[in-house]
Amino acid sequence: MHIVDRRLNPGGKSLGNRQRFLRRAQSLVRRAVRDQSRDRSIKDMGEGGEVSIPIDGVREPSLRRSGQGGLREHVLPGNKHFTEGDTIPRPQGGGGGGGSEGSEDGGGEDDFRFVLSQDEFLDLFLEDLELPDLAKTRVEDLENPAWRRAGYSTSGSPANLSLTRTMRNSLSRRIALNRPRTEEMQELEEEIARLEAKGDEPERVKVLQLRLEDLQRRRKLIPFIDPLDLRYRQFAPYPKPVAQAVMICLMDVSGSMTEHMKDLAKRFYALLYIFLKRRYRHVELVFIRHTHTAEEVDEQTFFHSTETGGTVVSTALVEMLRVLNERYRPEDWNIYAAQASDGDNAPNDNERTVSLLQDQILPLTQYFAYLEVKPEDEPLSLGLTSRASDLWRAYEAMDDAGPRFAMRQVRHRRDIFPVFRELFRRRGQGAGAERVGAP
Amino acid sequence: MTMHLIPKPLLFHSNDWDFDTIRRIYDACERIALGELGLDVYPNQIETITAEQMLDAYSSSGMPLFYKHWSFGKHFAHHEAVYRRGFGDLAYEIVINSNPCISYIMEENSATMQTLVIAHAAFGHNHFFKNNYLFKQWTDADGILDYLDFAKNYISECEERYGHLAVERLLDAAHALNSQAVHRYPRRTKPDLRSEERRAEERRRHDEQMYNDLWRTVPKSDKPRSGVSDEERRRALLQLPQENVLYFLEKTAPKLAPWQREVLRIVRNVAQYFYPQRQTKVMNEGCATFVHYKIMSRLHEQGMLDDGSYFEFLKSHTNVTFQPKYDDPRYGGLNPYAIGFAMMCDIERICAEPTEEDRQWFPDIAGSGDGMAVLRDVWANYRDESFLLQFLSPKLMREWRMFHVVDDPERPELRVDAIHDDRGYRRMRRALARQYDVAWTDPDIQVVDVDLAGDRRLILHHNVVNRLLLEADDANRVLQHLADLWGYDVLLKEIDTATGMVLKEHRASAQPLGR
Repeated sequence: MHIVDRRLNPGGKSLGNRQRFLRRAQSLVRRAVRDQSRDRSIKDMGEGGEVSIPIDGVREPSLRRSGQGGLREHVLPGNKHFTEGDTIPRPQGGGGGGGSEGSEDGGGEDDFRFVLSQDEFLDLFLEDLELPDLAKTRVEDLENPAWRRAGYSTSGSPANLSLTRTMRNSLSRRIALNRPRTEEMQELEEEIARLEAKGDEPERVKVLQLRLEDLQRRRKLIPFIDPLDLRYRQFAPYPKPVAQAVMICLMDVSGSMTEHMKDLAKRFYALLYIFLKRRYRHVELVFIRHTHTAEEVDEQTFFHSTETGGTVVSTALVEMLRVLNERYRPEDWNIYAAQASDGDNAPNDNERTVSLLQDQILPLTQYFAYLEVKPEDEPLSLGLTSRASDLWRAYEAMDDAGPRFAMRQVRHRRDIFPVFRELFRRRGQGAGAERVGAP
Repeated sequence: MTMHLIPKPLLFHSNDWDFDTIRRIYDACERIALGELGLDVYPNQIETITAEQMLDAYSSSGMPLFYKHWSFGKHFAHHEAVYRRGFGDLAYEIVINSNPCISYIMEENSATMQTLVIAHAAFGHNHFFKNNYLFKQWTDADGILDYLDFAKNYISECEERYGHLAVERLLDAAHALNSQAVHRYPRRTKPDLRSEERRAEERRRHDEQMYNDLWRTVPKSDKPRSGVSDEERRRALLQLPQENVLYFLEKTAPKLAPWQREVLRIVRNVAQYFYPQRQTKVMNEGCATFVHYKIMSRLHEQGMLDDGSYFEFLKSHTNVTFQPKYDDPRYGGLNPYAIGFAMMCDIERICAEPTEEDRQWFPDIAGSGDGMAVLRDVWANYRDESFLLQFLSPKLMREWRMFHVVDDPERPELRVDAIHDDRGYRRMRRALARQYDVAWTDPDIQVVDVDLAGDRRLILHHNVVNRLLLEADDANRVLQHLADLWGYDVLLKEIDTATGMVLKEHRASAQPLGR
């Protein structure tokens, strides 16, 4: 008998099967994930979880008898009062207790339930979403590209000498050319010394000495390390995409912003954050709140403390520029900004806001999203333009905003995700051509 | 009986176990299984695994290695969801019919459970695998793991060479025909060249001896006979009718590439390997349960298990052999563990202390005294259907209070056809045995003809008994798969065996199989 401990064997043996299953049921699982994410709070958005998909899509058909019709026989245990010839009214909706095999999937009903891991969930959740201009423009005019290994060369600086390669070459050359080994020569020398000490075999000593000389000569001819052996590690430059992003949250916190509006904005920021996290190795968050003045705050203050004052949007943009100048050089960072506001702005500030945005901020950022949050109970306006807020109209009038800028209105929690999807939908090939004109 | 009073050391004191404990347990079980019960087993290999690995093994039919397919991922996801919700327990063990016999035991099990599992799997199932005639006839315990290894590599090579999609579609189609992929009867072995030559020689000599020039002058009626013989000849060449649909496709489907045939062969061989297990569920589990019960009881008698452990064992034993009554919400058919175990205990009783009734019903074994010898013979030579038909005793039918209900859709109500009384015993036993006859419970589907000269349409028949038709939706899906494999149209007729009427027809046209 053998006992084998398999507990430490690598697990996940059926990972391949699982991937095949998810690929097979992809469209169904994707739909299930979308449906579910609608009901989820943003905080749980990043978690995995149980989803259910219609069983029909992953059915494994087989030729089996149908559950209906035909003569059936059952042998059942637990008879209490029946005798031969008794009749039993036919039970509704089924062929009696026995006989039915049921489906091997347990429920056998309409749904197949299973658990998705966090990664699988997010992958499906954010699938066909794409960041606009994922670091592409930056890559081209990168000043100091990264270096990576690119094989070996026969020349190079001593610092890049690859010792293992060099020694490997040296060893094979020494073996090939049969370079005399040190032990061999030592043995010979000892033998000569021994014989000389005895002094009775001068002939043999002479022969051995000749041989020793020959070996010494060959050792000189075949060096331990030859310049031929040298190998240097070679490096080649490659354009390194900027793998870090900063996400700047701008929000109007003046009195007109209700808790509901802040909640909407928060949900949008959360989605954007999850999304950026998936795409960039390192994502930093900057929170800038503004009334008639703007300041950078931490997350807690950003969402929860209230301020009073007027509304001057341009202050926030100026603050943003200051933060960018100080800490986030556009060469090193992908910059995303999301602005949430109820649309109020001091009338005389609109012009300045637009020019700041258009001339200074948009060229720096990868993407600038403006989210106008509205009270939930406000009815959907018919003539949107007539009721549009100051800021909305100002932004709308901005010509040449380009694909880096997007603006949407949101009223209800359930709108957040669709709006988000719409903003980051993977665009066709046409989008690339559009981009040419932008700086 | 003072022998029993000589105290033996306990196998273990706490419920923790280590590998020494396992070895001690194994040796104690082995002594009883081989020495007292006279079992004959393959060498054992016991592997400890984690719960996650158990789930892994679940999803690939319990085999340690298997080719990859999405359906196994689906099963894994299902088991995992059930397990996580805490609805289902995992099996305590999985045992593989191979030589050496591999038993998986879970690390979470207590020492008592490990004893139970070793007795159950490493001796009970193992003995059954090695001795039952179906397993001997149909499975190759020595070669199965090597074959699965080959299958796994072959299919992953195919995936690389021909693309995942093509392989997936092929496997989908093959899996759909899984239950039509077994040979139910041993085939004629293929004659080798030498014996063929010898036969041809004999025939020639016979013809020479029988030669008479007069035959030449007998007028021949060549026309009418040739048509019939052509068709017959074609059917004979194609080995029709053929119930192993995958075998038929592998050998004759005109459009399949060689690698596709090989994949069909793999699916078919695996299905064939599992075929005996479907026919011996009651016996296999009954045998294992009976053996573990015997071994555990003996260990307890000998003082190697303390009372606490024995109770722990009894608790899971009674759970396993619990049979709810038909009107219990938990009822889900007859529990193979329960009925197998009950019948085997009953056989032992009949051998040891038969009643007058037993002597009448089982004259061969009643009072023979050696219950184990009878059981070993039963385990070797029966399958579920014949086992129930032969050995279900009136006493057990009374104890279980069995009754037989017939559901005829032409009558307004169900009818109790037989109960546990003198008039009913035999009829009920026959009806029950038939429910375990795989050839009866599986629909009988055969390839009957193919129009090779015409449009190459493949014709199958489902021989309908008791007007039990196929599930139409599934049948159409399977037929589509079949048509894709065959490459031309397929027609399935459902024919009533009683009247010969065609009850229903399904058709499918081929779509090109992904390449």
